[in-house]
Amino acid sequence: MTTPFAIKAYPEMWEGLDMDVARFDKARQMLGTAYEKMYLSQSNRPQAMAYFDDLMAEIFGRRIEELLAVKKEGRPVVGTFCVYIPEEIVVAAGGVCVGLCGGSPGSIPDAEKILPRNICPMVKSAYGFKAGKICPYFQAVDFVYGETTCDAKKKTWELLDRLVPTYVMEIPQMKKGRDKTLWLEEIGDFKAKVEEVCGTTVTADNLAKAIVVINDKRRALQRLTKVRGSNPAPISGKDALLIEQMAFYDEPVRFARQLNELCDELEERVRSTTGVMPASAPRIMVSGTPMALPNWKVHNLVETAGAVIVNEESCIGTRYFKDLIDESRTNLDQQLEALTDRYMQIDCSCFTPNNERVDQVLKEYRASNAQGILHYSLQFCHTYNIEEIKIREACEKEGIPYLSIETDYSPEDVGQLQTRIEAFLEQIRG
Amino acid sequence: MFIGIDLGSRTVKVAAMRDGRLVDHQIVESGFDPQRQALEMLRRYEPVRVVATGYGRHLAQHQFAQEVITEIKAHALGARHHFPECRTIIDIGGQDSKVIALDANGRVSSFQMNDKCAAGTGRFLEIMAATLGYKLAEFGPAALASTAEVNINSMCTVFAESEVISLKNRGIPASDIARAVHRSVINRLAVMLNRLGHGDTIAFTGGVAKNPGIVAMLQEQLDQHVRLLTPALPDIVGALGAAIHAGRS
Ligand code: SF4
Ligand code: SF4
Repeated sequence: MTTPFAIKAYPEMWEGLDMDVARFDKARQMLGTAYEKMYLSQSNRPQAMAYFDDLMAEIFGRRIEELLAVKKEGRPVVGTFCVYIPEEIVVAAGGVCVGLCGGSPGSIPDAEKILPRNICPMVKSAYGFKAGKICPYFQAVDFVYGETTCDAKKKTWELLDRLVPTYVMEIPQMKKGRDKTLWLEEIGDFKAKVEEVCGTTVTADNLAKAIVVINDKRRALQRLTKVRGSNPAPISGKDALLIEQMAFYDEPVRFARQLNELCDELEERVRSTTGVMPASAPRIMVSGTPMALPNWKVHNLVETAGAVIVNEESCIGTRYFKDLIDESRTNLDQQLEALTDRYMQIDCSCFTPNNERVDQVLKEYRASNAQGILHYSLQFCHTYNIEEIKIREACEKEGIPYLSIETDYSPEDVGQLQTRIEAFLEQIRG
Repeated sequence: MFIGIDLGSRTVKVAAMRDGRLVDHQIVESGFDPQRQALEMLRRYEPVRVVATGYGRHLAQHQFAQEVITEIKAHALGARHHFPECRTIIDIGGQDSKVIALDANGRVSSFQMNDKCAAGTGRFLEIMAATLGYKLAEFGPAALASTAEVNINSMCTVFAESEVISLKNRGIPASDIARAVHRSVINRLAVMLNRLGHGDTIAFTGGVAKNPGIVAMLQEQLDQHVRLLTPALPDIVGALGAAIHAGRS
């Protein structure tokens, strides 16, 4: 990089979105600095990361312009917070889906003016972005479609609805036949809402196309995951996490194309055994709660200590793309059923029982050729925190080196985490 | 000469080894500039190799250490030097407390550390001693002088301090409250010990191992056959482990 990295400013557009421009502009600069320090300082980065660097530079600019252009055509932008909301339906109706999960400590004080302090930082961060008017994505969405997964989220939607129209999808807590029936009905409601706002109808034809578009995006992400299983790792965990985060913002067709281009390069690297780090670097798999943009805290600590992260078993990670929708169905009812089947495979800890997740973690551990599992739980996320016990037991049984951390977005525990992570790596190195 | 240096949150500790034996050691307050302090302390040696550990280890590596290891590994090496059979280490320093489990070869198999806050650490005991008007050296003996069953429920230093003050205001004798403070540290430790499981021989390291109240009350809490062993210089075990590592690498 010859010119210093900066995230581009679009003050007039932000003004038009009724943002707190002065404050947001400071956050923009800080994010740019953090990105430069954590990302651009990495050595041996793949060339094709240039696209994602550019996407980052334009994260508050060109991508927002694109969303505004979509809105101008009368197509809605829908904000979501969970991988259970079927974006295929939004795409079929001609809309755009964006993930709004918050990963920054900067918006938490805004949230804590209203919300209790002892809830998950992801929920607080997201709510704070809206309350403080410091996220252009939040300002751009026509409506939010939340869900009843964890308590923190479902009760926050009631308050968020005062700031932006918020609908809620009921997600069952179990996976019995009647739960599936309920959820299929919820999908019907969701479809109706999206159709109403889009002024279009979801047909077998446009849904089939949308399913392929989103499947293609998921396939590209699967390809990335697969190539990370090689040693030496062809791409850093930080870069891979960034891509998984951007999967929730970028235009899906373009994103898949660019990611496939990157994967071509990575596969070439594997053939020539070129890595971002030496083959001796300990390989760590992360499992647990999602890390929303720009939450790079743990990846940065682990990789600064000389290890490489090779997999994220998380919703911003494999849980988002491990399953595809059957593309062979041709009538709408069958398609919706196939869609439901696919979504019901998501193994989030909000479900009980959720033993599939334990198996999935072990499967991904082997596929990624990892040497240890780092379980990551956001503070006050009860479901993941409790389910952690089962993951730990499974790792003990399998003799897999294991470290569990519970943290939030604040920097105050970085020293302590660094010690724990380095000790974990010492343990793996032997 | 092989040097281990432990740049802790409150003090800098140095251990110097020759032919596998500890030949010199120092413990000095960190002060405002621990790096300078450390360089000052190293001046008197002609080291072959310096290994740093503790919170300041990475800064040290930029300046004068050839290698760094974590406090966890350093304590494992140091404790096994004293007690080759121990499989469990309790370390309570100024800013953190940890329990480390070792395999038969002395390698770290897992560990637990306290969370962000200072509860259950040396700092916590210092603050509580000051609140009760004890010098640190008097605090442990005071706790042992009491047999009362007073409880402090809060794990947070700030809340625990107000609990202590309200107990004082209710006229509870200072030594009873001292006992309660010690008990709260031990309860917290017991949680970590239970989570990790422990062997029959436990090494107790870190500055707090010099507190006779903690040692005696912890021994009481453990099963009879469990031996709780405190090395001669418990606060330099981390530095000692770093020096041992310097000699090996
Ligand atoms: S962790 Fe659960 S609630 Fe959160 S995004 Fe994933 S599926 Fe949804
Ligand atoms: S991380 Fe846990 S608490 Fe936070 S939003 Fe997701 S499920 Fe809810």
